[in-house]
Amino acid sequence: MSGALAVLNYNLVGYRRTWRGSALTSFVLPVLFVLGFGVAVGSYVNTGQLGGGTYLAYLAPGMIASTAMQVAFGESTWPIQTKFTWVRTYHAMIAAPLAIRDLVFGDMTFLVLRVVSSSAVFLFVTSLFGAVHSWWAIGVLPACGLLGVAIAAPVFAFTATMDSSTNYFAFLQRFIVIPMSLFAGVFYPISKLPVFLQPLAWASPLWHAVEICRAATHTNHGSLWALLGHVAYLLLWAVVGLWLALRQYRRRLSD
Amino acid sequence: MTSADSLIHARSLVKRFGDFTAVDGIDLDVRAGEAFGFLGPNGAGKSSTMRMIGCVSKPSAGTLRILGRDPERDGVAIRAKLGVCPQQDTLDTELTVRQNLTTYARYFGIRRRAARAKADELLDFVQLSERTDAKVDSLSGGMKRRVTIARALINDPEMVLLDEPTTGLDPQARHLVWERLFRLKQQGVTLVLTTHYMDEAEQLCDRLVVMDGGKIVAEGAPRELIERYSTREVLEIRFAGDDQSPYAEKLDGVGERTEVLPDRILVYAPDGDAALVSITDRGLHPSSVLVRRSSLEDVFLHLTGRTLVE
Repeated sequence: MSGALAVLNYNLVGYRRTWRGSALTSFVLPVLFVLGFGVAVGSYVNTGQLGGGTYLAYLAPGMIASTAMQVAFGESTWPIQTKFTWVRTYHAMIAAPLAIRDLVFGDMTFLVLRVVSSSAVFLFVTSLFGAVHSWWAIGVLPACGLLGVAIAAPVFAFTATMDSSTNYFAFLQRFIVIPMSLFAGVFYPISKLPVFLQPLAWASPLWHAVEICRAATHTNHGSLWALLGHVAYLLLWAVVGLWLALRQYRRRLSD
Repeated sequence: MTSADSLIHARSLVKRFGDFTAVDGIDLDVRAGEAFGFLGPNGAGKSSTMRMIGCVSKPSAGTLRILGRDPERDGVAIRAKLGVCPQQDTLDTELTVRQNLTTYARYFGIRRRAARAKADELLDFVQLSERTDAKVDSLSGGMKRRVTIARALINDPEMVLLDEPTTGLDPQARHLVWERLFRLKQQGVTLVLTTHYMDEAEQLCDRLVVMDGGKIVAEGAPRELIERYSTREVLEIRFAGDDQSPYAEKLDGVGERTEVLPDRILVYAPDGDAALVSITDRGLHPSSVLVRRSSLEDVFLHLTGRTLVE
């Protein structure tokens, strides 16, 4: 526990220097996108099919979740590979009295803080534009944190298998992350997807997080059982992902 | 010596990577306060041994006790008392010199204020006080090495492991590092280092092992090894012309042993000047002559050969 906190401390010391740059991609650009798109395109959208309300109010919770996924993906690829390969931060850490789980949980805690803090700013700004209709909207933050772990943990495991000459992050980005952000109910209900694509949306962690965030920010929160189902699905990804990450970290670092 | 007195106790220690055997059944005992060296060409198994001693790599077979404990069970507890200076620097180049030390101190559970004080004390020790707030990125190779050594001392370790501490440094930086390591030794810190620099081993080590092909091929104090595997002096002679080998036959019986190199002949003899006299008595007149003391390098090349290891 204290080991993981020491790893978190290392990340925070570094972040004090880089947070301004990351703020731009973590919420400034997404906020501009959601306002531009939500307000302008929203004026053409017949929101009757979306259950009433403005398109902005429909889009904002989806974009918050989608951005949380992007931040989690970004933080679990290059920064993690650097720790394995170029700077060899992890090698320095395991020479000290830290266990492999301290590395995984320390870095994951930092990632969750990054995801939740950028989601919080995003949520606050969109609420100023009338996109939030319930105090339950605060539930967006734990939902995004959980989505962050569900996405990042398996990517941690994947990154642990990369060496300096092999990286398939661009591949993951193009064939998994971007399609997920397009087809997981961020911009329109997945019932509008062709029937054969719908199971892919159900399988994606993002869709479940979008559903939670939308239920939290709208006046109609939907059924509690559906919500619990979404949370359980994300938890499953998080737990299996962490198990895989611990296994791959061990393989990589203890020969 | 019993295993309880040894900081490092190894019997038939083996490390395999797939089919390749990096460390092939070595026995070791390192006492508290000793400066102990691993000498050997690249690929001899020095770093693999160091990683097992540092409790970051599992032995494939054999017994290993570090600080009297089992690395497999008590790895974290053992590492809390070790200082490690790895072969490659693992500093965060984007952080300042001090931040590198204070963040590392936290891994040992050292509190913020104590970490800062300790960092400043150690940066003074490695003569980097002026660069405390500089980014590591801006430092020279020698300075980075000193930061790594300072970082290895952050927890007042019982034993410091140094994997090629001065490889790649210029002579000034090497001497400064040696001088600091010597001071640590005087303070009673146990030093364990690997090197392929003979002068480094002679300067720093009380005792050393020569490794080759994963095995220990010789063990002893530097002076002992020279006496055992070499002569007191070496006479280096060169004859005019390209080929030295015809002259070698004519040197039979001069010195204990001769070795023909492409550009010169080495005559191993207790007294180099006397050997030279007997050579000129045979009517041979080398174009250049050097008499020198035998060094650990002669022992090393004798034991591990002159073949280049890539």
